[in-house]
Amino acid sequence: MKAPVSWIREYVDLPAGVTTDELTARLTALGLKLEGIHSAGADITGPLVVGRVLTVEPEPQKNGKTINWCSVDVGAANGTGEPQGIVCGAHNFAPGDLVVVILPGGVLPGNFQISARKTYGHLSAGMICSARELGLGEDHDGIIVLPADAGQPGDDAFEVLGLREEVIEFEINPDRAYALSLRGIAREAALAFGAPYRDPAARTVPEPNDLGHPVEIDDPAGCPVFVARKVTGFDPAAPTPDWMALRLQQAGMRPISLAVDVTNYVMLETGRPIHGYDAHKLTGPIRVRRAREGERLTTLDGVDRALSPEDLVVTDDSGIIGLGGVMGGETTEMSASTTNILVEAAHWDAVSMFRTGKRHKIGSEAGKRNERGVDPVITPAAADRVVELLTTYGGGTADPGVTVVGTPPAPPQITISYDLPARVTGIDIDAAATVANLEAVGCTLDKADSTLTATPPPWRPDLNDPFDLVEEVARIVGYDRVPSVLPREAAGRGLSREQRLRRRVGRTLAGAGCVEVISFPFVGDAAFDALGLPADDVRRRTVRLANPLSSEEPSYTTTLLPGLLKAGARNIGRGATGVALFETGTVAFPTDRGPAPIYGVDWRPSDDELAKLFEALPEQPLHLAVVLAGERERAGWWGSGRDAGWSDAIGLVRRLAAELGVGLEVESATRAPWHPGRCAQVRVNGVELGHAGELHPKVCQAFGLPARSAAVEIDLDLLMRHARDVTPGPEFSTYPLAKEDVALVVADGVTAAAVEAALREGAGPLLESVRLFDVYTGEQVGEGRTSLAFALRFRAPDRTLTEEETAAARDAAVALAAERTGAVQRS
Amino acid sequence: MDREPVRVARARLPRLDPVSGPNTDYDPVEVTPLKPEEVEAARDAALAAIAAAADLAELKQVRIEHTGDRSPLALANREIGALPPQARKEAGQRIGQARGAVNQALAARQEVLEAEHEERMLVEETVDVTLPTDRVPTGARHPLTTGAELISDIFVAMGWEVAEGPVIEAEWLNFDALNLGPDHPARTMQDTFWTEPAENHLVLRTHTSPVQARTMLSRQPPIYVVCPGRVFRTDEYDATHSPVFHQVEGLAIDEGITMAHLKGTLDHFAARMFGDGINTRFRPSYFPFTEPSAEVDLVCFVCRGSGEVDGAPCRTCRGEGWIEWGGCGVVNPRVLRACGVDPERYTGFAFGMGIDRTLMFRHGIEDLRALFEGDTRFTTAFGTEL
Ligand SMILES: [Zn+2]
Repeated sequence: MKAPVSWIREYVDLPAGVTTDELTARLTALGLKLEGIHSAGADITGPLVVGRVLTVEPEPQKNGKTINWCSVDVGAANGTGEPQGIVCGAHNFAPGDLVVVILPGGVLPGNFQISARKTYGHLSAGMICSARELGLGEDHDGIIVLPADAGQPGDDAFEVLGLREEVIEFEINPDRAYALSLRGIAREAALAFGAPYRDPAARTVPEPNDLGHPVEIDDPAGCPVFVARKVTGFDPAAPTPDWMALRLQQAGMRPISLAVDVTNYVMLETGRPIHGYDAHKLTGPIRVRRAREGERLTTLDGVDRALSPEDLVVTDDSGIIGLGGVMGGETTEMSASTTNILVEAAHWDAVSMFRTGKRHKIGSEAGKRNERGVDPVITPAAADRVVELLTTYGGGTADPGVTVVGTPPAPPQITISYDLPARVTGIDIDAAATVANLEAVGCTLDKADSTLTATPPPWRPDLNDPFDLVEEVARIVGYDRVPSVLPREAAGRGLSREQRLRRRVGRTLAGAGCVEVISFPFVGDAAFDALGLPADDVRRRTVRLANPLSSEEPSYTTTLLPGLLKAGARNIGRGATGVALFETGTVAFPTDRGPAPIYGVDWRPSDDELAKLFEALPEQPLHLAVVLAGERERAGWWGSGRDAGWSDAIGLVRRLAAELGVGLEVESATRAPWHPGRCAQVRVNGVELGHAGELHPKVCQAFGLPARSAAVEIDLDLLMRHARDVTPGPEFSTYPLAKEDVALVVADGVTAAAVEAALREGAGPLLESVRLFDVYTGEQVGEGRTSLAFALRFRAPDRTLTEEETAAARDAAVALAAERTGAVQRS
Repeated sequence: MDREPVRVARARLPRLDPVSGPNTDYDPVEVTPLKPEEVEAARDAALAAIAAAADLAELKQVRIEHTGDRSPLALANREIGALPPQARKEAGQRIGQARGAVNQALAARQEVLEAEHEERMLVEETVDVTLPTDRVPTGARHPLTTGAELISDIFVAMGWEVAEGPVIEAEWLNFDALNLGPDHPARTMQDTFWTEPAENHLVLRTHTSPVQARTMLSRQPPIYVVCPGRVFRTDEYDATHSPVFHQVEGLAIDEGITMAHLKGTLDHFAARMFGDGINTRFRPSYFPFTEPSAEVDLVCFVCRGSGEVDGAPCRTCRGEGWIEWGGCGVVNPRVLRACGVDPERYTGFAFGMGIDRTLMFRHGIEDLRALFEGDTRFTTAFGTEL
């Protein structure tokens, strides 16, 4: 909402010397949010003057254009009084016209310096200005031709054009619809300064009679008040007065024709949208009703619309002539030949307006006001004001008929205790202040001993609840008076187990050299294809968005890998020699358990109802994914670096599980997007946790990652569920360590984990640790066989082991490994 | 002390011929006692050789020559036993003194040379400590994660708890329960991602407020929770907008809660987040779930409210002295009612702000997209805590 300061001042006697900055500061403190202060022409420096065109000599040019060599009388503004010679490319003017001239030395918006310069064979001393050159609009059809009575040559054009006047643009919150009018903004300004206020809607209106156009309301809830007035003998060619056109422009509306401009002007002035019909085109009485199934209407914007039975429509004998309160129809539209105008000022049900506007995707200035709530009481006054302006400037006569159907809805009555504002805000507000401030916003009060009952003014349909009144009192008292007091909180339980674990996971991975990434969770088939997911892969069953930002990524993701792999490739593409990234984030799997119910809001849904609601949500586990690409350890003066590989990926999962005290099972697996021979399924207590290993070469290629990049994706919720809560203090012996190394030859396909498990079990309780330290394949062990070298470490809790004890334990370990895995000890 | 290099040095030295060769035709019967001057000469020769030894290897050679089994003094000492008792004592004394002097000199010289050697060795082992040491790349956590943790910690320290909820949320919880009914104009202000089919009434949550609703639905006051999390709106992605962003909201419900408690809490939050003395101001505003509602501005922590830095307009607050931080208000009793909290007994306050935006002005991040690109150069700058 744009409000010229001079227009505000028309209705409120602000103290002399109040600057626009002070005004906006006070209004902001009351809740009208400042969007900006505009001042058209603020970036123009003079001399900008009125000129009268004396001669125009058209001169065709070689390039096909015709320029005009003009002499313009600028009075004494050029210091000589002689006519000014100016070259002008526009053709919408003639000798005798008043125009706007910027003389040499002036500066136009965009720091366009004006000087006398040679052009088209003339010395052009200045410029005849268009609205666009002055920064007043996009209209570039020609130069500005001023009305004949606009002024004398040499007059300051800033004043004539209303330039440099300050216009305040507010962002009006939905609850302050009354401030979508100068009437409302000026009221707030009066409140802010305690200044006298003149209500532009307070006018004596003629009594309703039955001489006017007949109107019937079938749906009084949808249209409680309908006022119809008529102007006859209107001159459709009558121009809009300059002051009105200027104000419309300042408010951001384009002047169109007097009849239309008047309805817009009154809407800006009072907040009440007005519709004008060409009265000649109306047939029979006006009737307001809900549309019927199958009815259609072509609205003013030329769109043929299928109507809904919820839409309120205005009809006459010809059928539907308008979408009530939202947009008129084509058949009764005012035109350049309209001489009789029927003025409609009606009050509409806000919810119906909102639904109709949304249904038909119509966002009009009228709709914006009607759907937020307009003062229903001023409806006749607004219509009367329109009639006044039409007859004043359009030369018609006001028809004696005054149709007023319906009565404004009764405002609510809100009862509060006097101390409610103080109790809610914590500000020291006594009963007198509560009363005074509610009265200041226009409430009528019925004061009892301990409570008061407020009837809000008709322009405040947003005031319905006790707390609405609290806000009114508080904003006038001033939010700056809210004290700063810390509440006395109950003893909190601190971070939850899961919150602490998540931090631990993040720190562990960062400690392992991984960098956290947050990517968008949107995904599409292209990413699934790049991952090589089979057609029936569960990850292709997604929660789809009804209105995705991009049709390429229409789903909430089921895997964190696409975003992570892209981020990895982005880093490599930007020159990183290696990258280790991780992300923890929600993924979603559809559950198809039906729609989530919508309950009422007057009481809490039952536990069963809530359970039904929660059940309708998709599964949303927290996942963890890692990508490792390129150098894992850098090359440097110490020697060569080392690229990441499958073992780094599995190692990270192991490290994480160890950090959380979770026993992990690792088994080879085949799963996209991993390399089929280098992928591990990791499990906890036999339940799949996720996968880790080297990415499939095709996946590396598809994402632009280095060959042999590796990745992890696990269900972090599951891992955290198994996290050990209390770590038992470890016991360990300080007796000497006994070392035994064994090399075992096994057939290919026997896993190190199987051999190690057998050794561990066979070695018995004296075994402290076992570690695979070498893997060898080659001639010495024969084809199809592998030698695994293990370091066994023995220690007793209570004594130094003898060589015989150690050897016996070693032999038992080897024996069980042989039995279980066919391992043969190398001598 | 590491003696290894010393041994290496000795081994490399050429073997020196003894000054006097071994007495191959040694016959104890024929020996005669050394004359005093011969003992003195042997001692002096030894002392001179010791003093002349330039390094530990030479000294070792000197030790062998002058104190070894075949050294004159050792030989002389061996002959003492063959002397008559009277001469034995005198010779013994003389030779003993000489050997003592030699051993003492040897020890002293040994110590000097060892010290010299060690000093030289340390010099020789000097390295260029400016060589790079970044063998293992550094990890980091995302500032949005650590930022949310920092905020959570500030509130946990006040006795609050951290509440969380799903990102794909029931429409009723995201809107209706928060006094954003189907026809509420505010609902059009938030362009929402709906899941397919829209009749399933599921949305990507547009704020973390449904977590507040869930908290109220699951327990009775007192409630003090802060809800950080990821939220979604159908905004185009540019330097200051993102369809995916992060919010932190707070909710306090208790007996006797007022706007003053809201102000106190936000002032405390601001001071902990931006430094002592940084507080907030309220401007009247509108949010469906609060009434009264306010916008929260933060005193600019760069210019501390003056709007100027070194005479130029402050870039952080664009010369305003204040930074728009978020929204807040007293919880609308309608919300309490829908969530099962008795509005006659309890009042509450709620607030919310963008974590992304907060980090942008706290850290001077110009482009929001830096948070979501995953460029490690951005993230590693923040380390593992904010
Ligand atoms: Zn600043």
